[in-house]
Amino acid sequence: MMQRLPLIVFIAVLALGPVVLPEFYVTLLNYIGMYSIVAVGLVLLTGVGGLTSFGQAAFVGLGAYATGYLTTAFAVSPWLTLLIGLAVTAVVALILGFLTLRLSGHYLPLGTIAWGISLYFLFGNLEFLGGHTGLTGIPVLEFFGLKLDTGRSFYYLIWLALLGAVFATQNLLDSREGRAIRALKGGGLMAEAMGVDTARTKIVIFLIAALYASVSGWLYAHLQRFVNPTPFGLHIGIEYLFMAVVGGAAHVWGALVGAGVITVLKQWLQDLLPKVFGQSGNFEVIFFGILLILVLQRARDGLWPWLARLVPVKAGQRAVADAAPLPRREMPVVGAVLLEVKNARKQFGGLVANNDMNLTVKAGEVMALIGPNGAGKSTMFNCISGVDPVTSGEIAFLGERIETLASRDIARRGMGRTFQHVRLLPTMSVLENVAIGAHLRGGKGVLPAALHLERAEEARLLAEAKRQLERVGLGEHLFDEAGSLPLGQQRILEIARALAADPCLLLLDEPAAGLRYLEKQALAELLRKLRSEGMGILLVEHDMDFVMGLADRVVVMEFGEKISEGLPEEVQKDPVVLEAYLGGVE
Amino acid sequence: MMTTPILEIRELCVSYGKVEALHHINLKVAAGQIVTVIGPNGAGKTTMLSAIMGLLPSKGEIEFQGEVQRDIEVEHLVAMGMTLVPEKRELFGEMSVEDNLLLGAFQRYRHGDRDEGKTMDQVFATFPRLKERRAQLAGTLSGGERQMLAVGRALMAKPKLLMLDEPSLGLAPLIVREIFHIIADLKKTGVAILLVEQNARAALQIADYGYVLETGSVALEGESRQLADDPRVVETYLGLGGKKQ
Amino acid sequence: MDLQIALLLSQDGIVNGSIYALLALALVLVFAVTRVIFIPQGEFVAYGALTLAAFQAGKTPGTLWLLLGAGVLVALIDTVIAVRAGAPGRLKRIALWDLALPAVVAGLVLGLQPATLPLAAQVALALAVVVPLGPMLYRLAYQPLAEASVLVLLIVSVAVHLALVGLGLLFFGAEGSRTTPFSEAQFNLGTLTVNGQTLWVLGASCVLIVALALFFGRTLYGKALRATAINRVGARLMGISTSMAGKLSFTLAAGIGALSGILIAPITTIYYDTGFLVGLKGFVAAIIAGLASYPLAAAGAILVGLLESFSSFWASAFKEVIVFTLIIPVLLWRSLTSHHVEEEE
Repeated sequence: MMQRLPLIVFIAVLALGPVVLPEFYVTLLNYIGMYSIVAVGLVLLTGVGGLTSFGQAAFVGLGAYATGYLTTAFAVSPWLTLLIGLAVTAVVALILGFLTLRLSGHYLPLGTIAWGISLYFLFGNLEFLGGHTGLTGIPVLEFFGLKLDTGRSFYYLIWLALLGAVFATQNLLDSREGRAIRALKGGGLMAEAMGVDTARTKIVIFLIAALYASVSGWLYAHLQRFVNPTPFGLHIGIEYLFMAVVGGAAHVWGALVGAGVITVLKQWLQDLLPKVFGQSGNFEVIFFGILLILVLQRARDGLWPWLARLVPVKAGQRAVADAAPLPRREMPVVGAVLLEVKNARKQFGGLVANNDMNLTVKAGEVMALIGPNGAGKSTMFNCISGVDPVTSGEIAFLGERIETLASRDIARRGMGRTFQHVRLLPTMSVLENVAIGAHLRGGKGVLPAALHLERAEEARLLAEAKRQLERVGLGEHLFDEAGSLPLGQQRILEIARALAADPCLLLLDEPAAGLRYLEKQALAELLRKLRSEGMGILLVEHDMDFVMGLADRVVVMEFGEKISEGLPEEVQKDPVVLEAYLGGVE
Repeated sequence: MMTTPILEIRELCVSYGKVEALHHINLKVAAGQIVTVIGPNGAGKTTMLSAIMGLLPSKGEIEFQGEVQRDIEVEHLVAMGMTLVPEKRELFGEMSVEDNLLLGAFQRYRHGDRDEGKTMDQVFATFPRLKERRAQLAGTLSGGERQMLAVGRALMAKPKLLMLDEPSLGLAPLIVREIFHIIADLKKTGVAILLVEQNARAALQIADYGYVLETGSVALEGESRQLADDPRVVETYLGLGGKKQ
Repeated sequence: MDLQIALLLSQDGIVNGSIYALLALALVLVFAVTRVIFIPQGEFVAYGALTLAAFQAGKTPGTLWLLLGAGVLVALIDTVIAVRAGAPGRLKRIALWDLALPAVVAGLVLGLQPATLPLAAQVALALAVVVPLGPMLYRLAYQPLAEASVLVLLIVSVAVHLALVGLGLLFFGAEGSRTTPFSEAQFNLGTLTVNGQTLWVLGASCVLIVALALFFGRTLYGKALRATAINRVGARLMGISTSMAGKLSFTLAAGIGALSGILIAPITTIYYDTGFLVGLKGFVAAIIAGLASYPLAAAGAILVGLLESFSSFWASAFKEVIVFTLIIPVLLWRSLTSHHVEEEE
């Protein structure tokens, strides 16, 4: 309850606002509210998702013009035009998203700049939209006979919409889909390997941000009761982004802070500066520009983290509730061939990283892949798991050819992996990092997540993550930040994450690196146990004690090729292997 | 025997985030000598070179040519005569062999030296293969040629200390042999060499002094002949140590 | 449309296209070397043109004060850093480039009465005022964030753009200006009249493109910039510092921008915010080239110029809409031909 106190106070103060405040401040708060709705979308898109758009004002314009045109020209009900505006926005956002989101990150913002300008000129030049003078006479909203014809009455609608957007966004981020969204920035490759369709996830957040903007435009049109192109130009789109960044791009509440600060500052500077400079013009942009540069240089996280420290409430440590275990996949019988690599070749430009590689892994065995640095072991891993496909050759998993599949489709078929260079989300909790591994074992989408209608499934996913963490010995660190663990334990975390997907084949890339002696023994024990349960394990490792004590079979690689294969004792005595490891000039 | 160290590092520590990767490394390289740092994968060899070169922030003291470096910046160290041939070579793939070499002399050119043509002739004398390939794009070279170009490019800076990170990495034995002969010959030109290698036997054969790095600390050090015979070196690599206990 | 109009429109398109080509080249260069998407490029176009216009009108351009102010700011910051690092050797450089150079330029501008000088001297002076702003801008806004993601750098670019547009309004006011043409000559090619300024623009663009090609192909500094673009770590190991490469590429971009503005100022009226749209058209061309290929960028720029001039004939109200919508098919084509999973820098 104590954690909710600031929120309750905030909402109570908000509700009192129009009752006590003079007209000017109510109007100001109305604008802040409408801007915040757009900024919340940008927090999701930019702060969390690592994408950005300068064209949000154009989406606001779509919402505003949709209702403005349809209500004035055809007398359509404003409640219906809200839906139509959302639909139009969705179509445009999807088209733009499909066009740009598969390209490098900077094409989306560049595309939105161009689209923001185009739409602005289009609004201004289409006669049925009133050209640069715009549309007037947009009807008043009526709500069960209640006319929202004053700023004071409209206030509640705006802030209800905003709070709705804030809570829906927060709920979404705290869910299975939310973890996928949070993995986009800095963990795209990992997320794909865990089964997340990152391209789809990007389009989803772009769509959500666009829809929020459209709602804001609809509100704007019915509050102002006229629309013209000016508030939907590129510069306003840029201002929305400023709000999100200044407020704290990674925090939903930061959007409100940013919208508030920028709006008030703009009001003040627009009064002050023309007097100072003795001429009229939008000089506040000079200050906004410099302010933003300073914020990015000095406090990349914006104002919100700094404000949040002033409110003396700690996020409560949550417990993970017990929940029914998730259904498991049927394991292949021990001895069945899980993975078969035939004549695999991988070439990077002129460099041949893997040549003519052959290997098999069976259910219930540990196969170790060893060889000196640069021998091509990690490349082989990336080929098998679909992160970086082979140039030629065949790879079969459970009897099915997989060499052309995306890594997320291979993950779905039951292959789990860890990475040589640990790939986890350092600021997310250990538990959530592992829950990403269970992504494919849940199915509830964005809408149930935003409304928190998927709590039962979420509880099962988290319980599964907890179970796997306890299994690998990280049960005490569930709520620690993943980045605060020592490197060795981060590697173990990756194993738990792979196990959370319930795989039948596990690819481990140097799992013992950085572990202490006892930890290595515990890890070996865990892998033996997994083996006895029928799991196949393909292991790249440099700690020879560890490998030789654990592996059933060993393949040695050098220069991208297999130079030896056999039982651990055989390989250790093979002169070719000794030569490869110790080298020699003469 | 270490009379005048050209490089001396004291208590060097490097951390990645909250995790310390190198612990209190002490190491010296005397002028005109080859010193090798060997050790298994993940021991921290590359991290150490990157820290010395100023590519990574570190704690501890780095003394180069008798001067403690307070403000370690790559560009400054290059100008002072330290060069690194990194593990990944870091060539300019879409530029010609000749341009790659020329850029090796950039820092000297900037300070007014205009003898890059002569230096390039010397490099070509050392690596005749590069001369044959001078107009070819670096990205089209074979693995061995790339390594030669990386070393040649470093020599264009006329370094006083040449640091080589795993020059044998991914190369066929015959090429490795060639590269090591060249490194041994370079010593005769007076440049001091700090050689980081996994290929322990080859490295110890040409080095004067050696350090064995294991999990971020110096585990052993000594004259290279003695190290070559030390059974602990073999254990470190093939993990035979654990079996005996 | 008859042939004559088509020829006229083509001529317009090619002239504008050659300016977009210059800008596109600068954008590709800056992006390759620094990963900065240089939105403020357009402001250098406007600053160049309007600084020259101010000289011709006998006024002291506000950009001069900006140069002096930015120089002092850079000098202050770098002096503090140099003193903290115990590297007093850097102070000389700081005094020379950040204080002495702007002071000399200010001395010339204030002492020489530029309005009375020949055009070539006015142009040189305008460049001397505007071009040093490029590296100073890099130092102040971008260098502290050199390791940040492309996205953060892009947001910085947009912020810089806004600040510079605001300053442009402050310095030059809301009215537009035109400058004296370089040449009043007119030539008749059949039915087509070509005026001297057109030839100046085309000629200067060609000379500049050749000069750039020579710079990148023949000089060690040019090669150093290419090296930084290809492999940043490799370049640093050769002693090519990221900040030096950044400042150099910004100097070139500022020079190209300012010169472009000076070239078109006699043909088009330039306002304080004209540069943005001009620069963005350079961007459309650069995007056509995937922000990577110089020849493609130049070809794309000519395409943008032609499209613009023909659409201004057929549907002049929708000129900008058509030009900026061009990037949609371009993006579609790029998206269909690219097959990589994006991994963050």
